[in-house]
Amino acid sequence: MSAPPQVKALNCPACGAAVTLRAFEHTLSVVCGNCLSILDAKDPNLQVLQQFQARERIQPVIPLGTRGKVRGDLFEVVGFQVRTITVDGVPYSWSEYLLFNPYQGFRYLTEYQGHWNDVVTLRSVPEVDTSGPRPTAKLLGERYQHFQTAKAETTYVLGEFPWQARVGDQAAVMDFIAPPRMLSRESTAAEAVWSLGEYLTGARVWEAFQLPGSPPPASGVFANQPSPYEGRAGSAWALFGILALVLVAVGLACFTFAQQAEVFRGAYSHRQGSGEASLVTDIFELKGRPSNVEVTVSTDLSNNWAYFHFALINADTSQAYDFGREVSHYFGRDSDGDWREGGPKDTAVIPTVPAGRYYLRVEPEMDAAAAEMRYELAVRRDVPTLSFLFIAAGLLLIPPVVSSVRAAVFTQRRWRESDYAPAESDDGDSGDD
Amino acid sequence: MSQPTANCPNCGAPVRFRWSSAVQTTCEFCRSILVRRDVDLERVGVVADLPPDASPVQIGTEGIYGNQAFVVVGRILYEYEQGGWNEWHLVFNDGASGWLSDAQAEYAVSFLAPRAELPAAGELRRGRRVVLNGVPFEVTAVTRARYRGVQGELPFEYWDKTEMLFADLRTGDARFATIDYSEAEPRLFVGEAAGFDDLHLKNLRPFEGWSG
Repeated sequence: MSAPPQVKALNCPACGAAVTLRAFEHTLSVVCGNCLSILDAKDPNLQVLQQFQARERIQPVIPLGTRGKVRGDLFEVVGFQVRTITVDGVPYSWSEYLLFNPYQGFRYLTEYQGHWNDVVTLRSVPEVDTSGPRPTAKLLGERYQHFQTAKAETTYVLGEFPWQARVGDQAAVMDFIAPPRMLSRESTAAEAVWSLGEYLTGARVWEAFQLPGSPPPASGVFANQPSPYEGRAGSAWALFGILALVLVAVGLACFTFAQQAEVFRGAYSHRQGSGEASLVTDIFELKGRPSNVEVTVSTDLSNNWAYFHFALINADTSQAYDFGREVSHYFGRDSDGDWREGGPKDTAVIPTVPAGRYYLRVEPEMDAAAAEMRYELAVRRDVPTLSFLFIAAGLLLIPPVVSSVRAAVFTQRRWRESDYAPAESDDGDSGDD
Repeated sequence: MSQPTANCPNCGAPVRFRWSSAVQTTCEFCRSILVRRDVDLERVGVVADLPPDASPVQIGTEGIYGNQAFVVVGRILYEYEQGGWNEWHLVFNDGASGWLSDAQAEYAVSFLAPRAELPAAGELRRGRRVVLNGVPFEVTAVTRARYRGVQGELPFEYWDKTEMLFADLRTGDARFATIDYSEAEPRLFVGEAAGFDDLHLKNLRPFEGWSG
């Protein structure tokens, strides 16, 4: 049996610096961290494959050789590359960390502006459907939406790779998303490889690799970043649904249990400036639990108005509930046809009046020249009111609507970086993402 | 499992078979390739030094696939421009023979399939859809590989190879197939990709600095 594979320490043929091979015989190329020569790891003399120039040295935030736990297994960072796509002349670069475990194999961590993904090569070929307006890809029953197609170029490499990595390597990358997951298809002339990424926060990465300090904050919204509002909006709507049902039940109960009893009715007339300015009704009795009282005034006003000062007065305690109602009723015919404004009748509801003996004091007020007005007063006890239900429903709507709006804004920001960004010329706040 | 023993016709060392149906094996001492001819072993060649590789699997590794225990009894080692890979020959508890391929610690288990209508080697293109025994596959790689050597027991004679053509095919649900075009009659192997943990492998190679 052959000897156990060992980590190899070599020397760069170009500059003599120490070069470590951590992924054993899997490694095909390794980069000298000192002179940035890419070396052929399979060649006994470590022939230089490429020597690349970098405007600035890039330090991976997870140093090569760091080990961390990913999905329960220990992995070591063995390679690092920066890849760049160019959209409308603007380069966008992200980092890829190659992780290795001799039993589990290779996997990747990718990082773009503080957004991380845990990526594995797929053992299946997703089914791509291009029949719709936007292509989709299906994997294990889940549908992924096409997000972006771009040409990615390798712009920086460090460490080792189980392929012959070179700066300038190009691949066509197609990304499909179903947050928090992302399916990517990378194709070169030689091969097409599918991978599956799952979104990670920087904090999770820092914890997994025990990195010092805290991760740089993520900026903007990443393609497959799970929306913090999506679930929240859903549960807010679910809660709203439950509370709305409760409201409906309360409303039904109000209708069912309301007495709706007419306790008084009387007919009167009024002419401005003649006789008593105010009148009082007979005493009527309000029974039962404290509840509302509805006062309806029906007039024979026509193309005229009247204002009623009301007071509902407890005959025993003299406690008074003051309120007023303007009744105005106008109609006619003009070039547009018949028109009508207001009506001859109005209603006022006084909430929560305790039981007792009551009467109404009424002071109508009219235009001095107005004709005599006849009117009728009707008092009903404990009428069902729906207005409070509507107000409550309106208040209950606020949280789910806010959540949904936030979710929509988040989704819009996500897609702004895609091939399907709305064609807006100057979007005020896109520049600072 | 019977373990017939014989002696290497080259060096006389005892040759032990873990699998009674083995057609070919290698002598552990002198690396002679030995082929069974009736009751005798014939030396047909010698294995060159196998290049060092980093597969965690070795002869004697045990595992479980589809509720059946298996043991690794042999392997074929290939090389291509992107590295090398092993086809480990598995023998299951019930005597069946299968293959565990390990390419950079990506694993797949497959079995020799009954003869099917296979596309001609010249018709193979990456991305092409091929229906194998009613299952639609997609050709994911067409690889020209070099045969680098054999070790241990194999179900067929396999030693006088140089270059060969392989097609890898996959489905949307992790099924896997390989067509080996190195014989006059291409061989089809069908199985599925497997995660390392799914195979419950034991008796693996140790790696410096890692605990299995």
